[in-house]
Amino acid sequence: MEELKKTCLYESHVALGAQMSPFGGFIMPIQYSDIISEHNAVRNACGMFDVSHMGEFVVDGPDAGRFVNHVFTNDVGDIPEGKILYGMMLYPDGGTVDDLLVYRLADGADGKRFLMVVNAANINKDYDWACAAAEEMDVKLENRSDEYGEIALQGPEAEKTAKDVLGMDLSDLVFYTFKETSWEGFPVLVSRTGYTGEDGFEFYASQDVIRRIWAALLHAGVTPCGLGCRDTLRFEVGLPLYGHELSGTISPLEAGLGIFVKTDKPDFIGKEAILRMKAEGLKRKVVGIELFEKAVPRSGYPVEADGKQIGEVTTGYISISTGKSVCMALVDAGYAAPGTEVAVRIRKKTFPGKTCKKRFYEKHYKNQ
Amino acid sequence: MSKIADGLLYSESHEWVKMENGIATVGITDFAQKSMGNIVYVDMPEPDDEVSQNEEFGAVESVKAASDLYSPVSGVVTEVNEALDDEPGLLNKDAYANWIIKVKISEPAELETLMDAAAYTDFLAKEA
Repeated sequence: MEELKKTCLYESHVALGAQMSPFGGFIMPIQYSDIISEHNAVRNACGMFDVSHMGEFVVDGPDAGRFVNHVFTNDVGDIPEGKILYGMMLYPDGGTVDDLLVYRLADGADGKRFLMVVNAANINKDYDWACAAAEEMDVKLENRSDEYGEIALQGPEAEKTAKDVLGMDLSDLVFYTFKETSWEGFPVLVSRTGYTGEDGFEFYASQDVIRRIWAALLHAGVTPCGLGCRDTLRFEVGLPLYGHELSGTISPLEAGLGIFVKTDKPDFIGKEAILRMKAEGLKRKVVGIELFEKAVPRSGYPVEADGKQIGEVTTGYISISTGKSVCMALVDAGYAAPGTEVAVRIRKKTFPGKTCKKRFYEKHYKNQ
Repeated sequence: MSKIADGLLYSESHEWVKMENGIATVGITDFAQKSMGNIVYVDMPEPDDEVSQNEEFGAVESVKAASDLYSPVSGVVTEVNEALDDEPGLLNKDAYANWIIKVKISEPAELETLMDAAAYTDFLAKEA
């Protein structure tokens, strides 16, 4: 077993008494106080997350644009500097290598430059995959994951907090765009992005600067939030987590993320498989399920209908925001229509419910 | 530091027992609630169900995970704490004031296999 990595904020987490646990090869805070309080802080005010475990690759060189469009399902062809796109890297069979954000950075001497932000657990796999895909191209691909720290500031008060505490006026920043700015003289990249369904920002900077920003936010009383509520928050608004709703064997089409797969662009790895799946129809789909009775449907629990197993839960909770017993599940496509009666097996009992939208709680984005 | 209440008996799976007139009141310890975090659901048996010592009789579910409950005694369930259906977080507030089930015990000798407060204190120290 490889030794767990520590982020640049590890000492702060320990000093705050966080419950620490392995995640994606890192030792990460799961909760500082408790998941419900941290979840509610983000929904009602704001909270901050250490997301320094995320991976960052910088793409540079004359073929940078061609390369990104070759490995990435979304189309970076015409996007301007400062724009961000969400999408996936795919295997040739349409399975998902990872889901990621691509930032179009300011052009360099060799033309377009991009920042790819990938999941912590997939950093090495993604980097190897991207390097192999770049082999025939004039492109430089740098894994800068160990240099960058990252903080996500999320919640309806995130904009005000950034202004009051960090002196950053982000009111003009549009959803899914970023700017390269400075804080106390140090370079910081700020994007209006997140993984909670709330308005908010992600700050990327050197580890030292990230430690200072974290300390300033903490000093101002911003609630530190762990990965526990990061999951309950993203789940409620139907955002996927790699390894659950997306994986090497789950395509973005099955996950309901087809709008991020641009089959009208000339070429990308996995395109043929995606076109074939579209032509043949999907065999499985990720759906939402709401149970009629209170219970906790968890990842891996069987989903049943017509006396047989028709799928399994990918993520589930008693929603902290709504109190409902809900889950996302990968099920046979024949049972995916909204309102279909299905049941989830929890220990010795089955709990009936019906399929529904994956969004269990409305998103509250700003500046869209 | 987890609280340990005097006068109760304890199991290695972190349930407590309070004996009164042949009825065992059963709950989970402060250590158990702390390690689980926010409790959101308690899966309890029905009155008249039989339970056996060290066998599963339900589960406590936190936001993150489900933890099975093991009965510290054998017998028949006489009552379940219905307040936990509406407010499972009571177990986080005070794990000793909020019980889960009451059992009319059938094997009094089993009580001797449980720990007293001092022994459970030592047991927790060794677990940590």
